Amino acid sequence: MTTAPDAPALDKPSAAAERVARLVAAEAAKGQLRFLTCGSVDDGKSTLLGRLLYDAGLIYEDQLATLLNESRGRVPDGELDFSLLLDGLLAEREQGITIDVAWRYVATDKRKFIIADCPGHEQYTRNMATGASRSDAALLLVDARKGPTVQTRRHLFILALMGVRHVAVAVNKMDLVGYEKATFDRIAAEIAAVAERLGFAELRAVPVSALKGDNVARASAAMPWYDGPPLLTWLEELEPGARDTAGPFRLPVQWVCRAGQDFRGFAGLIVRGRVAVGDRVLVARSGLAAHVARIVTADRDLEAAEAGASVILVLDRELDVARGDVLCAEPLPAVADQIQAHLLWTGSAPLVAGRRYLMRLGTDELPVSIMTLKHAIDVETGAKTAVRSLATNGLAVVTLATDRPIAFDPYAENRDTGGFVLIDRMTHETVAAGMIDFPLRRATAISWQHFDATPSARAAAMGQTPVILWFTGLSGAGKSTIANIVDRKLLQAGRHSFVLDGDNVRHGLNKDLGFTEADRVENIRRVAEVARLMADAGLIVLVCLISPFARERALAREIAGPHPFFEVFVDAPLAVAESRDPKGLYAKARAGALRNFTGIDAPYEAPVAPDLHLRSDQEPPEALANAVLARLGLRL
Amino acid sequence: MNHLDRLEAEAIAIMREVAACFRNPVLLYSIGKDSSVVLHLARKAFYPASLPFPVLHVDTGWKFRDMIRHRDEVAARYGLDLRVHTNEQAARANITPFTVTSAVYNQAMKTEALKQALARWGFDAAIGGARRDEEKSRAKERVFSHRTAQGRWDPRLQRPEFWHAWNVHLGPGETMRVFPLSDWTERDVWDYVWREEVPLVPLYFAKERPVVRRQGTWIMVDDDRFPLEPGERPELRRVRFRSIGCYPYTGAFESDAATLADIIVEMRAARTSERQGRLIDHDVPGSMERKKQEGYF
Repeated sequence: MTTAPDAPALDKPSAAAERVARLVAAEAAKGQLRFLTCGSVDDGKSTLLGRLLYDAGLIYEDQLATLLNESRGRVPDGELDFSLLLDGLLAEREQGITIDVAWRYVATDKRKFIIADCPGHEQYTRNMATGASRSDAALLLVDARKGPTVQTRRHLFILALMGVRHVAVAVNKMDLVGYEKATFDRIAAEIAAVAERLGFAELRAVPVSALKGDNVARASAAMPWYDGPPLLTWLEELEPGARDTAGPFRLPVQWVCRAGQDFRGFAGLIVRGRVAVGDRVLVARSGLAAHVARIVTADRDLEAAEAGASVILVLDRELDVARGDVLCAEPLPAVADQIQAHLLWTGSAPLVAGRRYLMRLGTDELPVSIMTLKHAIDVETGAKTAVRSLATNGLAVVTLATDRPIAFDPYAENRDTGGFVLIDRMTHETVAAGMIDFPLRRATAISWQHFDATPSARAAAMGQTPVILWFTGLSGAGKSTIANIVDRKLLQAGRHSFVLDGDNVRHGLNKDLGFTEADRVENIRRVAEVARLMADAGLIVLVCLISPFARERALAREIAGPHPFFEVFVDAPLAVAESRDPKGLYAKARAGALRNFTGIDAPYEAPVAPDLHLRSDQEPPEALANAVLARLGLRL
Repeated sequence: MNHLDRLEAEAIAIMREVAACFRNPVLLYSIGKDSSVVLHLARKAFYPASLPFPVLHVDTGWKFRDMIRHRDEVAARYGLDLRVHTNEQAARANITPFTVTSAVYNQAMKTEALKQALARWGFDAAIGGARRDEEKSRAKERVFSHRTAQGRWDPRLQRPEFWHAWNVHLGPGETMRVFPLSDWTERDVWDYVWREEVPLVPLYFAKERPVVRRQGTWIMVDDDRFPLEPGERPELRRVRFRSIGCYPYTGAFESDAATLADIIVEMRAARTSERQGRLIDHDVPGSMERKKQEGYF
């Protein structure tokens, strides 16, 4: 296309053009390797990468001038502080630490590298896991003066956990230990011992001085005793293996393409294996099968495509396929609604068992509950410990229940169909990365007991619509008082209702629970489940629970399923509730005899948009009870 | 699959993700080579369907005339739903490259104008052509980059990205910026332009143009709004541009590379980075990061 009368032509036939065609073809033919770099704060990681860029001739003149300028006062005059090439954000330059993954791109004559430069500071472990999640190889820095540290163990563990198969440990600052072979050998042996049980395909140690350039891009003259490759050579030559293109075909469907009357295709990135026209493919979750009629790309229809390609598949018959489905070939992915997984917690608030999150697995997204926190794993020692909660950067083995069956492969077999993230449903923060171990039970084995007397049949027999009224508010706000009036009026009118009171439940069903955040969540989950069963039985259920957290109230609403759910906010200012203090609890809390008391030393998240807002400091309970009944459409 | 095939496949996947997950996405088209590649990839991503979202140009009123011509021609040729937005209020207040500092100009005509445009049409996701290799602070950018309801980018609130499991969720008023070229380098872009014959604005190709010397670089006098020094007359020099934007801020350099083949050969020998010709990035240390936090693309 020409864009203006004087626009230059592409003039491909010229001599220059032929040369460019060759250049571009050579460039494009290069393979791609993704790797990450990691290490502790002062191990010289940024310096190593800066040196790699510099020695490979990839620093532009203006960048070099800037670097020389910025290096002044940080290193001896005329020398370069290579770390400045990489430490990009003001915040980290001011703190002298790398706070986030920096992506770097290096091309040599042999390969194109996509590098995740990962922070070493302990609190940013999650970022290292991010970089590792898609990397084939890793460079792990160790200071030759210190040897492997707690951080080194942590990093090796995370690399293994995230499925990185090839690791080079750069024993850096060899210039500061006199380039001694004995020091290097000792460190290499220690690292080999740590990594022994971690199952890397390849682990090698390389003696390096990033500052002086020994064994970075060039072999070191100072260490003739080392006969292995410099780091760059290792990176250019390692074989990441064909684990993506071998193995069974997997395509998570991203988008259904409709064009015109007749065209319907399933778009997605092939994450594993290959597919050809005529192949039989299945929808993992339903087991329905069809044959591939066309593999469509904008360039041309393909005969076959393999892992890494974005394609559109047209099938030879109509199948029910939507975004989130996995098109696959045998052996098929597992399909289950309960799984065991390793979870690396990245959220700022701790994990609480029983809480619900959104799971994003491949292109599928659905609500899940963390059923049990089996144990935490110490990433330095591998030791397992029993925990009730998990903080940022914590690692644990958990069981999860998904709202509907998911299709997946174990993470060890396939990172893209076995790795998922959890998303907080309120803040939308990515709170965890998960690696699926195995299914706990096959979805096909699950069947609810179906009774002929369905909930709707029961409700019809009772002549009422089951409803859950969820009364929330501070202790002493008047929840039970109002609920009891509503209950009495319903009974008088011949309705079937029941009050589930927080205090009463704690004497029996929930007597094993205390008042920590985790226990409060579990308390609410159980009560919500009981309320649901009662509603299934046809009852109008009135629940009185402080239920201070918005997300647990949202959970209760979800558990209610098809039944109408009304959040009733019984609102009294703290001073009013405290002055009533019907059970003397505020006095105890103020005296310090009662911990985690809502309103005193534990928060109450007031509902933002309750279905009903009752100001119990402004109107008498009787009037408020009538307001509840009116909201239900009942005038008794 | 070779390197370029992989980059293309990833970019297409990212674009399809946007179409599948957002209510009202838009493609930001700045007319430069990166934007042109993004547009090309988008058309490939949805083939045989047509582009499922509009294309937005934030026009400062100071773009090269060649750029506007190219934009309108591309829009017509591909049948794009082109939206153009200018911060008219700032333009009326006489905010120009010659009346205020580049920081003030940039904030009003680009950052603020983009926010206005997103609000004007209610876009919730904007696809852009930024690359991580362009500038240090961009090296940390996410593929799906979250912006607050105020349009700000907070480096400490960016979500970790694992595998292809992108977190596409937004709260009320929040928006997403999406960068399908995140892993591309400048060289990759040129190689791809060559391979795919992506149409580019003529400014990338050497030609005699009227220029004056400013801050050590050649600035093209693209129209009669350019304030010349007393007695100064633009001279004709054979120049081209490595990256393009507002003409008073965009430095040209002398070159004979008049064809794509010449450019690629010249690029192979280049010793300076791409943004060097831009005057706006050099204001103060960390200036790109500051602009981003305020919502600059």
